[in-house]
Amino acid sequence: MRALARGLLIPAAAVVCWEMASRGGVLPAGTFSRPTEVVAAGISAFADGSLLVATAQTLQAAFVGLCIAIVLGVPVGMIIGISAGMRLTVAPTLDALRPIPPVALIPLSLLIFGFGVSMEAAVVGFACVWSVTIATNAAVRSMQGRLAEVARALELSRSAYMRKIVLPAALARIAVGVRVAVGIALVVAVTVEIVVNPRGLGYGMIIAQQSLRPDLMYAQLLWIGFVGWSINWGLLKLDRAFLSRFSGVRVGS
Amino acid sequence: MKRVIPALILPLGLLAAWQYASAIGLLSPAYFPAPLRTFEALYDSIVAGSLWGPFAATALRMFEGWFVASLLGVFLGALVGSSRTAREFLQPTLEFLRPFPASAVIPAAILIFGLSNSMAVWVIAFGSVWPVLLGTLHGFSAIEPRLKEVSLALEMPPSAYLRKIALPNALPDIFTGVRISLAIALILAVVVEMQSAQPGLGQNILLAQRMYRSPELYAGIVVLGLFGFVASWVLDRAERRLLVWKSKR
Repeated sequence: MRALARGLLIPAAAVVCWEMASRGGVLPAGTFSRPTEVVAAGISAFADGSLLVATAQTLQAAFVGLCIAIVLGVPVGMIIGISAGMRLTVAPTLDALRPIPPVALIPLSLLIFGFGVSMEAAVVGFACVWSVTIATNAAVRSMQGRLAEVARALELSRSAYMRKIVLPAALARIAVGVRVAVGIALVVAVTVEIVVNPRGLGYGMIIAQQSLRPDLMYAQLLWIGFVGWSINWGLLKLDRAFLSRFSGVRVGS
Repeated sequence: MKRVIPALILPLGLLAAWQYASAIGLLSPAYFPAPLRTFEALYDSIVAGSLWGPFAATALRMFEGWFVASLLGVFLGALVGSSRTAREFLQPTLEFLRPFPASAVIPAAILIFGLSNSMAVWVIAFGSVWPVLLGTLHGFSAIEPRLKEVSLALEMPPSAYLRKIALPNALPDIFTGVRISLAIALILAVVVEMQSAQPGLGQNILLAQRMYRSPELYAGIVVLGLFGFVASWVLDRAERRLLVWKSKR
């Protein structure tokens, strides 16, 4: 209880000071709108549905990008995890591509796809694919050994080995990589919208700032933080349920 | 040598296929210019010197933001990691601020600081402070209990405890955080340039796209990728050199 009170002290004091300072005219109203105005702007944006539409657009692009990352990242991670030859040929190329800042691809993606969900999803996919690939690769490499011997004893074909043994055993650790990617996906989607793409929450913020509606802009900023926070919270819950269910089949740890 | 040849097969093969496909007109030069044209554009900008100005601007902005983030992260992390009172007061606020995407802070930062370089530096610092902060926090809160007892037995004052035990113990974690921060700082430097028309590589590639100069666009991406690679390689080396004692133990 005391910890809660102490934890709330700084944010509460900041909000109260902010409100009082802008009522007293110390803070310029065009820059810092009052917390009460921000809340009002947030409620009205909720009521007319614009906030929810923008949220759906952002989440859609983040989701499509994440799917691209999983569809590309899991097979590539598995292949370079299993075959040493493929690792020698493919991994250096991946290592060379990975340091490219994903946002540097925004203009390229815009050039190729034009405005819309596909250019955004492509950038999100590029940003997310690395954590999925790396997690899959590490998961597959850590579980060879006795399970590989079992597969050899059963004379499983390569595809059956992948499908029946590697994938289920690696699933829990792939899920960890996907969880990291989810956090990246939302951030990158908002970034693409802020920089160029005229849709979603990021664009809404830019428009609010440029049309001198700081109250609406702060409301959207808080909402973006809240969406990110709740997705993270949900994933943590899911992760715990998922990992405890699969802890019996986890191999190599 | 045995590792280098297979490593080069795929990229060289892809580039050759790309070059051939654009030579026979399979790929549109407006979207996928031939690799040789990209290298030509890169070479031209190096020879003409037009690359260095934007490059230096981006690098400087990135380092400034990263430097502020590192100082702030180590300071806050050490504070929250070593004092219970500070943790109770600060941690909820920090947990509240952390999920905000740094790029979403840009419009607010523009309102507050204007379209200036200090705005860019603050946005970069805000976004890249978290890995350092969390690393430092972890390093400071995961100190071997026996070391704490030693410091008590030696009657070390708190400042000596911080300098001689806590900080060296936290250094590997701090370094990990600092390395991740650098990658984020580069990303944010590019975003800020694109969003707020600050001169630099980020603005350059956006302008190249608007003028449909795709070879320059690709050349800019290559430069940014190389820069990110070199920066993280340098930090990796520095870490190995500074933390020799850690790996020998």
